[in-house]
Amino acid sequence: MVDTTLTSLGLVEARDALDKKEISAVELTDAYITAMEKGRGLNTYITETTDLAREGAKRADENLAKGEGKPLEGLPLGIKDLYCTEGVLTTAASHILDGYKPHYESTVSANLWRDGAVMLGKLNLDEFAMGSSNETSFYGTAINPWRRNGDDTPLVAGGSSGGSSAAVAAGLCAAATGTDTGGSIRQPAALTGIVGMKPSYGRCSRWGIVAFASSLDQAGPMTRSVADAALMLRSMAGHDPMDSTSVDIEVPDYTAEVGGSVKGLRVGIPKEYRVDGMPAEVDALWQQGIDWLKDAGAEIVEISLPHTQYALPAYYIVAPAEASSNLARYDGVRYGLREDGKDLIEMYQNTRAAGFGDEVKRRVLIGTYVLSAGYYDAYYRKAQQVRTLIGQDFDTAFESVDTILAPTTPTGAFGVGEKADDPVSMYLNDVFTVPANLAGLPAISVPAGLDSQGLPLGLQLIGKHFDEATLFRAASAIESAAGFTAKPTVWWEG
Amino acid sequence: MTEKLESTAKGTIIEGMTGPWELIIGLEVHAQVNSNSKLFSGAATDFGSDPNTQVSLVDAALPGMLPVINEYCVEQAVRTGLGLKAQINKESVFARKNYFYADLPQGYQISQFDKPIVGRGQVIVDLKNGTRRIVGIERLHLEQDAGKSMHDQHPSLTYVDLNRSGVALMEIVSDPDIRSAEEAAAYVEKLRTILVYLGTCDGVMARGSMRADVNVSVRRPGEELGTRAEIKNVNSLRFMRQAIEFEAQRQIDILEDGGSIVQETRLFDASKGETRSMRSKENAHDYRYFPDPDLPPLILDDGMIERIKATLPELPDEKKARFENDYGLSAYDAGVLVADQETAAYYENVASASDPKLAANWIITELFGRLNKSEKTITDSPISAANLGKLVGLIKDNTISGRIAKDVFEIMFNEGGDPEQIVEDKGLKQVTDTGEIEGFADQVIADNPEKVAEYKGGKDKLLGWFVGQLMKASRGKANPQMANELLKKKLDEL
Repeated sequence: MVDTTLTSLGLVEARDALDKKEISAVELTDAYITAMEKGRGLNTYITETTDLAREGAKRADENLAKGEGKPLEGLPLGIKDLYCTEGVLTTAASHILDGYKPHYESTVSANLWRDGAVMLGKLNLDEFAMGSSNETSFYGTAINPWRRNGDDTPLVAGGSSGGSSAAVAAGLCAAATGTDTGGSIRQPAALTGIVGMKPSYGRCSRWGIVAFASSLDQAGPMTRSVADAALMLRSMAGHDPMDSTSVDIEVPDYTAEVGGSVKGLRVGIPKEYRVDGMPAEVDALWQQGIDWLKDAGAEIVEISLPHTQYALPAYYIVAPAEASSNLARYDGVRYGLREDGKDLIEMYQNTRAAGFGDEVKRRVLIGTYVLSAGYYDAYYRKAQQVRTLIGQDFDTAFESVDTILAPTTPTGAFGVGEKADDPVSMYLNDVFTVPANLAGLPAISVPAGLDSQGLPLGLQLIGKHFDEATLFRAASAIESAAGFTAKPTVWWEG
Repeated sequence: MTEKLESTAKGTIIEGMTGPWELIIGLEVHAQVNSNSKLFSGAATDFGSDPNTQVSLVDAALPGMLPVINEYCVEQAVRTGLGLKAQINKESVFARKNYFYADLPQGYQISQFDKPIVGRGQVIVDLKNGTRRIVGIERLHLEQDAGKSMHDQHPSLTYVDLNRSGVALMEIVSDPDIRSAEEAAAYVEKLRTILVYLGTCDGVMARGSMRADVNVSVRRPGEELGTRAEIKNVNSLRFMRQAIEFEAQRQIDILEDGGSIVQETRLFDASKGETRSMRSKENAHDYRYFPDPDLPPLILDDGMIERIKATLPELPDEKKARFENDYGLSAYDAGVLVADQETAAYYENVASASDPKLAANWIITELFGRLNKSEKTITDSPISAANLGKLVGLIKDNTISGRIAKDVFEIMFNEGGDPEQIVEDKGLKQVTDTGEIEGFADQVIADNPEKVAEYKGGKDKLLGWFVGQLMKASRGKANPQMANELLKKKLDEL
């Protein structure tokens, strides 16, 4: 039996219970280990590290007993399998990294361990984080614990951090790390009814996280509550001299913002986000969010982000371009999979043909094409110009508002396989999330309600550069107004 | 510089079967930055270490690794730029040059493309015929070296050594201002001298610290530039001359046969003394350059540039001008003496202790000859500058003759010692006592009555013979001028 009194606790709640010695870290971790075993049908973990978890929990209890508990002492986390973890298989959900065990630890996960957190295992994702449904994983699709009312069709948990979102939503970890290149934290968070925060580009170190698109990738927390996200980001964030794009500015105490007043906060509503074909219920939820914030004393301002429609095409040029170069190192020469050939070129071809899945190959091809001589100006350079304009749109908007409210996704969770053969329809999932990545801005998705089929929907807040604090404040206002307490019915145990 | 320098002088004309051809050469010199660690990692750069012992996680391109610029290498590039009288670009950008090779772990080389750290500069090249030529520098950029593929370690496998992977190189690109193989060699030597003076490269071609890609084309004098071939990775001056001469003749032969030159990359085969095609333009790599998203633009502040400027040594051209002006040396002698800093310093020590011109002669003819013969360099010369200064001083003040000085020099070179002491101990002091020389003269006259008769019969030229006899009798110690005068007087008085 899973002790749901333990696995239902969020980070802050569990930390308080541990502080008061109401529970032990070992008990807590054991409850999650049981839940993980029972929840294997959700396919959330690629690798379970139960021995490490138990050792970590034991050490945490010792620290807590000595009164030396650190901010995340004894809190059991799942780690997206894009983060390199020392001595633990790291796959990026790709066949090409077969058997790869790094002898180094990513900066962000090291920060979490420094602050006392316990690792339960490595979570499933789209291969190299390329996807919006976790269906491109070499290790199979992570399944959303949520189902449509009266329908047991398996649904996707979003992507690329689909293992993370499903595990957090199903109570298979207290919280998880994600990475967000075009929405990979926020979209799966929205589709599974949890909180997902993408910090400003440069807030968290990228060192030791397998690169997808270097100018867009950013690590962030995926949690049960806004307060949990605030607590976890504080530990994850910080300047890292090993990452030249990491920014050396102070990390504020985000938890202090949670529950703070939004009176007088200026909230922008971008008219360009009212896209054609958006379901009425998503539109209605957005309006609901506007009303909640207005009721809490915020000032609502209509704004324009005129280049929004070009964000998705620009993203699908820039991200594959960088990916095509970042993934060149997976060549069978030094680590991971190697498929021999009669010469070097054939070995490359065999290895990469066998090692990469279709979506990765598609993006490597697109990326290679847009950087090619004769096409660079038309595609890559143009996309970078669009990116600059999108950044300027936000700069202009933020002259008159403090944050921007929009839906996180155009729809709720969809069925496994429903969009797998239609890349463009899949890419459209990112339409509301991509602009924040292109502009390097922080953004958070908060669960705000259920659609007509009983599936969670999220609202997204986008903030100014390095102003995560305001996002936590506004997000917690929505969280408390929404009173989202729905949980998926447990169907996966047994 | 007051003399007129030529930048695009009429070059060496090669007479073909159908008329004259002009040879046009441009060089891309790769100079390894003198630095203890690599361009983007902390790994060491010691030459000759065991394979793969100087490889960091970054150099091996493990997943999630990120480059961090080595500031010292940046300073060395700026220093070199200043030494080449070049424009320093306060903003430059690192770009990825994408191609697959087993010794290129990232699948791309981090280089600089459209925004190099150093812009236009120049090198003044002294040619053997006494003319000087300005060779324009188009740019200098920083880039990573690749590793080394070793094809001779195993019958069917290639081994890879990543010790060089990531080592900082400065690529110094010349304008097509060079007009002969000799000029190309002179340019590289001058460039090498400047780099070694600056301390930014050790200049040891034998260790690969300097290599050149040589662009060669031919044209009818006065016509547009012809199609060029690029000869890759030439690693000695001798090979460079051979490669250029071979390539020029190859192109002329093709053109005179009515063919046309294919733009291509060629390799120089030192064993056959010929160049051969490596890949044609059609098969040329499309490097898909794009700005490296892991590295923000490199911004230099004026303070840093000024600080480096303040530590520049006296450069070869300035030193040479000073030697010509202050010591009255010929351009040729001054050029030889400033070819390296140790020689120049040695010379200045000798010159200050004696006579500048005499000192230059003794160093260039006697010392260099003797050092060459015994395969020594100026730094391990058995004769110290102080002692050579004393020796030249002894000649200057007529204590010994030049002839005796050569003997003393030989003793100093082989056995060491103070020339004054040697002269004293061996009684080599020049005889300037008139009485003593008269004695020798009388004896020579008395011993050779037939010669005296011939002289008296009008054979004036015999005076030299008498002087020789006198010198022999005095074992070289007689002052030759006095011997000459006294003999003439005595013979004429007979």
